[in-house]
Amino acid sequence: MCGIAGIIHRDGPGDIGSEMTRMLQSMKHRGPDSSGFALYGPPDDLLVMRIKLADPNETRDFGWADRLERHRDEIEHRLAKIGAMVDVIHGDQEYAYRVKFRYSGDLKPLADYVEDVPGCEVLSLGHSLEIIKDLSDAESVAERYRLNGFTGTHAIGHVRMATESDVDISGAHPYWAYPFSDIAVVHNGQLTNYHMWRRRLERMGHRFQSECDSEIIAVYLAQKMDDGLTLETAMKQSLDELDGVFTYMVVTADALGVAKDEMAAKPLVLYESPELVALASEEVAIRAVIGHEIDTYDPYERQVLVWNR
Amino acid sequence: MKISYDARGLAEPNATAPGNAVIEGEGSERKAVFDAADLTTRQINLELRRLVYNEQITEVTMLNPGAKHSLAVGILARCRITIDGSLGYFGCGLIDGPEIRVTGRVGWSVAENMMSGVLLIEKNAGSLTAAALRGGDVVVRGDVGARTGIDQKGGTILVGGDAGMMTGFMMQRGRQIICGNVGGGLGDSMYDGAIYVGGKVASLGIDCVEAELTVDDDEFLARKLRIYGMEPNASFRKFVCGQKLWNYDNLEPAERKLVL
Repeated sequence: MCGIAGIIHRDGPGDIGSEMTRMLQSMKHRGPDSSGFALYGPPDDLLVMRIKLADPNETRDFGWADRLERHRDEIEHRLAKIGAMVDVIHGDQEYAYRVKFRYSGDLKPLADYVEDVPGCEVLSLGHSLEIIKDLSDAESVAERYRLNGFTGTHAIGHVRMATESDVDISGAHPYWAYPFSDIAVVHNGQLTNYHMWRRRLERMGHRFQSECDSEIIAVYLAQKMDDGLTLETAMKQSLDELDGVFTYMVVTADALGVAKDEMAAKPLVLYESPELVALASEEVAIRAVIGHEIDTYDPYERQVLVWNR
Repeated sequence: MKISYDARGLAEPNATAPGNAVIEGEGSERKAVFDAADLTTRQINLELRRLVYNEQITEVTMLNPGAKHSLAVGILARCRITIDGSLGYFGCGLIDGPEIRVTGRVGWSVAENMMSGVLLIEKNAGSLTAAALRGGDVVVRGDVGARTGIDQKGGTILVGGDAGMMTGFMMQRGRQIICGNVGGGLGDSMYDGAIYVGGKVASLGIDCVEAELTVDDDEFLARKLRIYGMEPNASFRKFVCGQKLWNYDNLEPAERKLVL
C-alpha cells in the first residue's frame, strides 16, 4: 500500500523535519515497515552526504561494532584521498552517518569510492538534500535522527509496506538519484517494466543498490534532466515510458513535482495555497500540518504538477 | 505532538461511546451535536450509533471529522446527519436510510454499497465514489475522481463538476448525471443503466454508445436537478450499453463440454 507525502514552502523555510514527521505518522497504518525522509535544508557550499554502514536488522556478531568503526575510518580516509575536505562527520546511529565536506570534483567517482567500503551505501549526496530512512514508524525515526527542528523549504517522505523487496534500509524510500546531486523520489505503486529500465540504465553506467522497483524512477528522471530536459518534460515522458501503477513525487534543489499514472490507480490528495503546497496519499496527513479548515482535491490521471520553492 | 490516531480501530477492541454529544430540545424535536476532533474512528461511529439507535434522535451534527476514514458507516435508520467538515476514505458506506450532508470533501470510496437515503457532498469527492451503489441519491457538488459508480447496481449519482476516467465502469443499473466534463473510457463495459453528461466526453469506453434523449429522460433530469438546486447551463447527452458484450446465453467452451 505505502503512503507518500510532500510539502513545499513558497514563502521561506519552515520546520520541515517535524512537519514531515507529523504527515508520515498520521499515515502509519499505510506502511509500518520503514519510514523515510528527503529534507532540503538551506543550500550550502559544502556537500552533505548521508551514508549507512550496515542494516539495523542484520545479525550482529562480536566484531560488529569494531568493524563499523573501522569502515567509518576507512570512509574518512578515502574522502581525504579523493580530495574532499571533511568538515564534520556525525553518527546518528552506529550504522548511519552524516558527513559534510568540501569537494569540487565529479560526484560519481566519490560516491563509488565510498560505496566500495564493505556494507556502505550512500543514501544521499548534494548541497542541500539529506535522506534519512530507517525501520519502524516516522516518530521513532525522527526521534533517533533528531529531525525535529530541521529547517528547510521542501521535503518528501514515505511510509513503506514492503511488497516487492526486503524490509531493510536499502529497500526503504526515498531514493536518491545516484549519482546526481540533490534529486530524490518517493513512489506508491508497482512498476511492471522495472527490469527493462534497470538493464537500460545499468548499461548507461548507473548502479542500483536494492531490488526495489522505485529506485529506477529517481535515476530515470535525473538522467533525463542531465540530458537537458526540464523536470516537467521528463516527468511527462515517464507517463508513457514507465508501465504499471504509480503516484510518485520527485524533489530537486528547488522544485517538487508529482505525477499520476494513466489509470489514476493510486491515491493523491492535494492542498495548494500561496504560502505552501502539501500533498499526500491521505487527507489526514495534510491536516496534520495545517490547523485551519482546508479545501483539497484529487489530481486526475496522467497529471504532472511541479511547484518551485 | 504524539499522534495516536488509528485508522483501523484495531487498537481499541473494547471502545465505548464517549457520550460527549450535547442534546437539545424535547421529544421528537431533539437535536444532538458532538465534536469528533479528539475521538477515534471507532468512538465517533459508536457515538453516532448511540444517538441514532439508543437515543432515537433524528437530527445529529458531527463537528471536526478531520478527514478520518470510515466515518458514519452502516447507519440503518431514517435520520438526518450533518457532517461539518471533510471525510477520509470509505465514508458513509453501507448506509440504509439516512440523509447525510457533508459540508467539506470526501476521499475515495464514499457511499460504497449504499442502499437508500441521500448523501449530499458540498465539495469534491475522490475516486470510486458510490462504488456498488444499490439505491438512493449520491450528490457531489464539486468534482469527482476516477471510476465513479463502478459496479453501480441502482440509485442515482449526481455530479455538479467534472468526473475522471472510467466513469460508470461496469455499471449494471441505475443512473448518473454528470454536469461537467468526463474523462476517457466513459461507461467502459457497462451492462445497463444510463449516464447523462452535460459537458465534453474525452472518449467512450468499450461497448458504451450514445442514445437519444427521450421525454422521460428530460423529465427525470429536470426533476433530479431541481431537488438539489442544481442548474447546469448544459444540454445533456445520454450514454448507454451497446449490448455488444451481452453474451449471457452463450456457454463458455468448458461449460459446453459439460452439457454435451
